[in-house]
Amino acid sequence: MSMNVYGIRAIYKFEMARTGRTLMQSIAWPVISTCLYFIVFGTAIGGRLGEIEGVSYGAFIIPGLIMLSLLSESISNASFGIFFPKFSGTIYEVLSAPVSAFEVVAGYVGAAATKSVIIGILILITARFFVDYDIAHPFWMFGFLILTAVTFSMFGFIIGVWADDFQKLQIIPLMVITPLTFLGGAFYSINMLPEFWQKVTLFNPVVYLISGFRWAFYGIADVNVGVSLAMTLLFLFACMTAVWWIFRTGYKIRT
Amino acid sequence: MQAIISVKGVGKTYAGGFTALKSVDLDIQRGEIFALLGPNGAGKTTLISIICGIVNPSIGRITADGHDIQRDFRAARSKIGLVPQELSTDSFESVWATVNFSRGLFGKAPNPEYIEKILRQLSLWDKKDSKIMALSGGMKRRVMIAKALSHEPSILFLDEPTAGVDVELRRDMWEMVRGLRKSGVTVILTTHYIEEAEEMADRIGVINHGELVLVEDKHTLMRKLGKKQLAIQLQNPVSTLPESLHAFTLEVADEGNQLIYTFDTQREHTGIAELLRALNQQGIEFKDLHSSESSLEEIFVNLVHQNQNERQLVG
Ligand SMILES: Nc1ncnc2c1ncn2[C@@H]1O[C@H](COP(=O)(O)OP(=O)(O)OP(=O)(O)O)[C@@H](O)[C@H]1O
Ligand SMILES: [Mg+2]
Repeated sequence: MSMNVYGIRAIYKFEMARTGRTLMQSIAWPVISTCLYFIVFGTAIGGRLGEIEGVSYGAFIIPGLIMLSLLSESISNASFGIFFPKFSGTIYEVLSAPVSAFEVVAGYVGAAATKSVIIGILILITARFFVDYDIAHPFWMFGFLILTAVTFSMFGFIIGVWADDFQKLQIIPLMVITPLTFLGGAFYSINMLPEFWQKVTLFNPVVYLISGFRWAFYGIADVNVGVSLAMTLLFLFACMTAVWWIFRTGYKIRT
Repeated sequence: MQAIISVKGVGKTYAGGFTALKSVDLDIQRGEIFALLGPNGAGKTTLISIICGIVNPSIGRITADGHDIQRDFRAARSKIGLVPQELSTDSFESVWATVNFSRGLFGKAPNPEYIEKILRQLSLWDKKDSKIMALSGGMKRRVMIAKALSHEPSILFLDEPTAGVDVELRRDMWEMVRGLRKSGVTVILTTHYIEEAEEMADRIGVINHGELVLVEDKHTLMRKLGKKQLAIQLQNPVSTLPESLHAFTLEVADEGNQLIYTFDTQREHTGIAELLRALNQQGIEFKDLHSSESSLEEIFVNLVHQNQNERQLVG
């Protein structure tokens, strides 16, 4: 039998409907909170800062702010999407349905990534009200946007499978991802750091994401864009391998 | 006739090391209603969960409609509908959305007319736009049945479908199950209400401590293991039984006003004629006779106890 397209569609629709029900918290809040960043950093403080590599500070932080939301939203959405059925017991239906691992992931991760991309675009549009910006490479901008959304939705899916209580669900985004994004060059160019910290920063994967994304906007980058792309793909590949392993072994899904 | 579900040597040891099933062999015939009986923790849900793909078997092979449930999971699972024991539903979804979701998940193209039909059959049509959390427990159970039927399965598993369901709804469900069988659906149900198995099932399987103790046609089972009793209402009470009646399995009851004769229905000879003659010879007069048959419940309790005693002997 061929692929269960109706199955993917059912999961995708279900997840998008869940987003629709919680529009305020799932879409509006990320956009509003980003506006606050623009007002504080872009307009109030940024006005007193000079340009960074020829880009106004307000414009400079746009890619980083989008990444910030993209990562946290992708992870929280996808992890909750699979965690909740496990928690409530409704997962029995997905487990007993004629859907393959690929189809399950396509449905859950696809929906989470779609939502993140929508949020990213909304932030981009909102930013326009605060600062002027150009997008040098729109194709790559969307490329990085989608690639990052998919990768981190998949990462969120893994966290959702792994977590067996609400605390575990929160701990990785809170304790790992948030610090990494703040220290990943969202608000500064890593060239502004002392040399030692520049080296340390290179161990932070988020640096590559933000740098690549910023390059797509302004043609400036902390690390070579090819390296950024390679690192993103590498992380995507690592997540795919983990998901493949989860389904193969039934880890925390099938007893 | 080829079995629609064939379970061969299936066992399950959970991660903690507990063996919930020990090498079960079972064939379910196409179109039958099969009742799985057993005390709490016997392994009924485990067996069903394995067949439906929710739990991985530790050992053994299963085919559903000729398809291996692991190698050919798509074909196998698309034939099967499951109503699990636990009421787990998506509280925030509407009835309509959740039933259509199930149909899609099982790979079927949308068919609103069909979904409408099953919602009407289950008296859920006027609730189709309600959120599930606003429904009563019995209604939720029906929503889960609607979900299980949404993809037109040819095999339906009902894991304690009538737990916590009122008498009227229980009758409705029995009616529905009979209707399904008429349309060719094979139904496997578990229940703690023996009355239910007695009423519905064509065949009965008894499972205890992860072992299938017995599988038998319902009528054969009741004939074979059922005991009949004859209650003899006496004219005058007796204190002791005369010697000549010791050959019969007689019990004195009701302060000597009643004799209870237990006999095996399987034996060709019930011995009733001889007993009555013997009573006559002893001059014991009776005013009333009345016979009763043991219910499936008594048979079941006996079986499980017997099984327990054997285990104790072995262990
Ligand atoms: N995930 C699990 N991990 C460990 N043990 C389990 C698990 N699920 C069930 N068991 C154990 O396996 C045994 C069989 O459980 P099962 O749910 O199959 O029983 P059952 O016959 O359906 O009982 P009931 O009539 O109460 O529903 C029980 O002793 C139970 O504690
Ligand atoms: Mg059970």
